[in-house]
Amino acid sequence: MQYKRKGKSFELARPRWYVPVLFLLPAIAILLAMVAFPLYYEVNISFRQVSLYNLRSGVYPWIGLENYKDMFQDPMFYSTLVRTIVWTFVNVVAHVTGGFFLALLLNRKLPGKAIIRVLLILPWAVPQYIAAIAMRNLFNETYGPVNLVLKALFGEGAMIMWLSKPSNAFIAAIITNIWLGIPFMMMTCLGGLQSIPQELYEAADIDGAGWWQKTRNVILPLMKPVLTPAIVLGTIWTFNMVNVIYILTYGSTHEAAQILVSMIYKRAFEFFRYGYAAAMSVVVFVLLISFSSVFIRAQKLED
Amino acid sequence: MAQPKVRLKEYFEKNDSWPKIIAIYLFLLLCCFITVYPISFIFTVSLRPGNQLFSTSLKLIPDNATFKNYVDAFTKYPMARWMMNSLFVSTITAVFAVIISVNAGYAFSRYRFFGRKFGMTMLLVTQMFPAPMLLLPVYLMLARFKLTGSYIGLILWYVSTSIPFNIWLMKGYFDTIPRSLEESAFIDGASIVRTYWSIILPLAKPGIALCALFAFMGAWSEFIVARILITSKNMLTLPVGLIALQGSFSTEWGIYSAAALVTAIPVTVLFITLSKYLVGGLTMGSVKG
Repeated sequence: MQYKRKGKSFELARPRWYVPVLFLLPAIAILLAMVAFPLYYEVNISFRQVSLYNLRSGVYPWIGLENYKDMFQDPMFYSTLVRTIVWTFVNVVAHVTGGFFLALLLNRKLPGKAIIRVLLILPWAVPQYIAAIAMRNLFNETYGPVNLVLKALFGEGAMIMWLSKPSNAFIAAIITNIWLGIPFMMMTCLGGLQSIPQELYEAADIDGAGWWQKTRNVILPLMKPVLTPAIVLGTIWTFNMVNVIYILTYGSTHEAAQILVSMIYKRAFEFFRYGYAAAMSVVVFVLLISFSSVFIRAQKLED
Repeated sequence: MAQPKVRLKEYFEKNDSWPKIIAIYLFLLLCCFITVYPISFIFTVSLRPGNQLFSTSLKLIPDNATFKNYVDAFTKYPMARWMMNSLFVSTITAVFAVIISVNAGYAFSRYRFFGRKFGMTMLLVTQMFPAPMLLLPVYLMLARFKLTGSYIGLILWYVSTSIPFNIWLMKGYFDTIPRSLEESAFIDGASIVRTYWSIILPLAKPGIALCALFAFMGAWSEFIVARILITSKNMLTLPVGLIALQGSFSTEWGIYSAAALVTAIPVTVLFITLSKYLVGGLTMGSVKG
């Protein structure tokens, strides 16, 4: 009896090996079945010819690197890749600077900031597709407020064909996505700012640091553990954002407004070129993994 | 005269001048307008009577405002049916996602085991596959088990996509609960299960609520996958139904807006109620690594 109790009191420090396994088992099971296996399968069919004709048969002839060759010979792939990089870069920079700036403001003493915060996170709180469709409606060419305001200010000529011209639809999608993504960064930064002890600001004040010096030398370094994962996640999420592009370019053949993920989706489920789409997704995956590890490593090296 | 002014200033940062404070408020108000307006525009359109849908007026409450669109959404379209379907799928998803990610988060936070760091990294890596990448193999797999066109496949997909982020979230949350609580419970002779159930879980309630919210919202708003997996008209989920409504019947803009608002309000209210926990919850995991 005595021994048993003693054993238990050390449970946390030296658990029996199966304790963590039991806690983790359901997660491991579902992730193996729904993520790891499909991933292996997808890499596998990227080397095979899979289309609508042989999808049901389950027999997919091995064609080696043919899908990859097709892809790298397609000029569309490169233009879409460049567009995806522009999309990701513009969005993430806007999310981080906008979110960080708003968080700085909300971290001050400011009566009424609780309400302001609620209003500011609204784009994140509303289901994403509804928010995106709401923005799409704003960009409606004849009846949307954006064009109505442009017309009132600058006359008929200033109205922009937002949704029918691919390059404009792409800009509208970027604006929409910036609007959608700032609240997440704002809340993340706010959490980070609140964990910085007040004394550090005061010490900086006493040393006579200006606003810019304080931000650059005190706040930013302390925010790094929060910002680095948020930027990595933000980049990945933006790179892989199908919803916004899909909704903003819905109902038209906007090849020239697609990013890589939405192109994969279209190739697979609208053109039924499954093998080709699989090869593209492998490339996207490799790109993202290399970006993330390089970025995280660079951040660590700086320390 | 100077006295109340000084006292008012106590509500602000001490070195701020009045023009600066006013500028900050104006800027924040402008930002609030930008975040609120697109959503209030849905409200405006939902109140417009059928003959004024394509009006160029920018009034918040349109002339001859009517709730007819709300009635139509439920009578002309199977809105209630879609809602029940989505409610079912999202609730089951949230329940399973919470059970799985809370347990896994606890293990990652409290135990040191072989492959712990690797596991956390792998969870991050799962975020890097484009969703369409796994969709096709999952689709083929579900087809083999004859699970396409049933909610089981859809729920499995939603659970598996929501747990990586939620495990991170829960791990961060558990990290903020001091270990000494469990240690003293063990010394008093409580078992692992007992400690976990009656001491740790009650303390982690806000984290669990957030976790349930994210899983629920994910399933409630997802259409890219639902569109592919569910094809039977009776089983459509809310987002798929709504997007079809918005895409193909441009004249039904008012009805769509009413339906969208009805869809958005419950989750938005939930989200905002829980948002005070967001500030801490989102960052804890990352700060403590």
